[in-house]
Amino acid sequence: MSRRLELRQVSKSIGDVDVLAGITVHAEPGEFVSILGPSGAGKSTIFRLLTGGLEGHDGGIDFDGRPLADARRPFAFMPQHDALMPWRTVIDNTALGLEVQGMSRKAARDKVAPLFGEFGLAGFEQKYPAQLSGGMRQRAALLRTVVQDRAMLLLDEPFGALDALTRTGMQRWLQTMWDRHRWTVLLITHDVREAVFLSDRIYVLSGRPARVLREVAISLPRPRKDLASPEASAIEADILDTLLDPQPAQRT
Amino acid sequence: MSQSFSAAPRIVVLFAKVGPALLSVGTLVLAWELYARISGISPTTLPAPSRVLAQAIQQRQALFDNTVPTISATLAGFACSLAVAFILSVLIDFFKPLRRALFPVFITSQTLPLVAIAPLVVLWFGFGLTPKIMLVALVTFFPMLVALVQGYESTDRDISALLSSMGASRMRIFVLARLPSSLPYFFAGLRISITYAVVGAIFAEYAGAAKGLGIYMLNAKNNFRPDLVLAAVLVSALLTLALFAATVLIQRAAMPWERLDAARKS
Ligand SMILES: Nc1ncnc2c1ncn2[C@@H]1O[C@H](COP(=O)(O)OP(=O)(O)O)[C@@H](O)[C@H]1O
Ligand SMILES: [Mg+2]
Repeated sequence: MSRRLELRQVSKSIGDVDVLAGITVHAEPGEFVSILGPSGAGKSTIFRLLTGGLEGHDGGIDFDGRPLADARRPFAFMPQHDALMPWRTVIDNTALGLEVQGMSRKAARDKVAPLFGEFGLAGFEQKYPAQLSGGMRQRAALLRTVVQDRAMLLLDEPFGALDALTRTGMQRWLQTMWDRHRWTVLLITHDVREAVFLSDRIYVLSGRPARVLREVAISLPRPRKDLASPEASAIEADILDTLLDPQPAQRT
Repeated sequence: MSQSFSAAPRIVVLFAKVGPALLSVGTLVLAWELYARISGISPTTLPAPSRVLAQAIQQRQALFDNTVPTISATLAGFACSLAVAFILSVLIDFFKPLRRALFPVFITSQTLPLVAIAPLVVLWFGFGLTPKIMLVALVTFFPMLVALVQGYESTDRDISALLSSMGASRMRIFVLARLPSSLPYFFAGLRISITYAVVGAIFAEYAGAAKGLGIYMLNAKNNFRPDLVLAAVLVSALLTLALFAATVLIQRAAMPWERLDAARKS
């Protein structure tokens, strides 16, 4: 089976700023992969390249074994801030992607409505985003993402703006959902514990210009309940060392 | 949302909002009334508010007949101005260089003194509705255009990025994101422009008209009837307030989510 997504030595400069310096990253079908790196490293830039928000780069990007340019919109993207439209009700926000795909508003609503229970949003269909809690907003944004039925999910720091308790709850909930649906996921985060808890593999990026410092496979058994198990803590400490090491060049 | 607020009777809430304004206006009117009575100043120089009100009631038919053309001119001029501002704002949003080409012209148009322009426009277009529409449009068009263009620009970049990742065309992004994002700016512009619009219409009538509050004021002034001038001023103030209130109501109906946002931020 060919890889779902593969980036080979992808480099990108914006203006005269080098943002990505030879990123090599891949994801297998059904795999949960995280990209971990400091703020401003260039993580969101990778997603902008993948979703067409930025044009032009060096290196190759393949999807299902063929150049990404030949693939038809294979990604469902969740931007860094939830990007819910304040003027749309929750159900119309979650149905947005289907509407853009050409479905009528009625058909799109009928398709998302049955999923509200699973996403903990039952009863909030006709509310506006301003009436939701932070965690519910993220679940609505995630529902809007997965309902598009794309081959792969791109999640940009989905829980970055949440308080610690809500974030932990959302991480557990996302793991349960992923176990059930086995989406192919590329997750961006700067939270080491979150990456260890959720991922099959983690790429650790340097600061700008971003390079891959390390690739870490997480073989902890699933479902993972204990965030503070000795094994998980050891991996976490190890990755933190890499991120905080002032001379990443000495590592291999 | 605040529960304590909605629990209070509506009338109390309403009074808490408009009470201070009523109080300050009331104090002013009272001081004026007292001054006019005590100082013994001639009513042909400064009539007391009670006299203005009495005259307004007595002349209500004439005032009404002259208010209707002013309302028509205001609304017709404002509608034209809105339509043109909207079309141009869309063109500018899709073709940015247009902005640099057109804005200097419009900014210059805003610096023209109405006193000089109004008689000229009447001279060119006669005493009918056309010159009034043009003057109302002149004073309201640019504020509305700026409000709309700024409103489009205020669109959340993440929302645009999201829509284009979904495969939305530029036109689709405009309709789904940029247009709704401009609504708060649009209504802010509307509230300001509608007050300019009334002033613009009265100015145009003042420069020449068969009927209208502007020409009514001019005639009253020439007949040494400041009480009637002020009665017409009162009517135009009430007209402006009513139009302002109408925009607030329309905004509430058009943007039901806005008050939730405000409640969340406070
Ligand atoms: N439009 C732009 N112009 C110039 N520099 C940019 C632009 N967009 C992003 N950058 C730079 O690229 C770097 C990476 O941005 P980003 O991918 O958003 O980082 P991250 O998501 O890792 O926090 C930032 O340090 C920023 O300075
Ligand atoms: Mg980012």
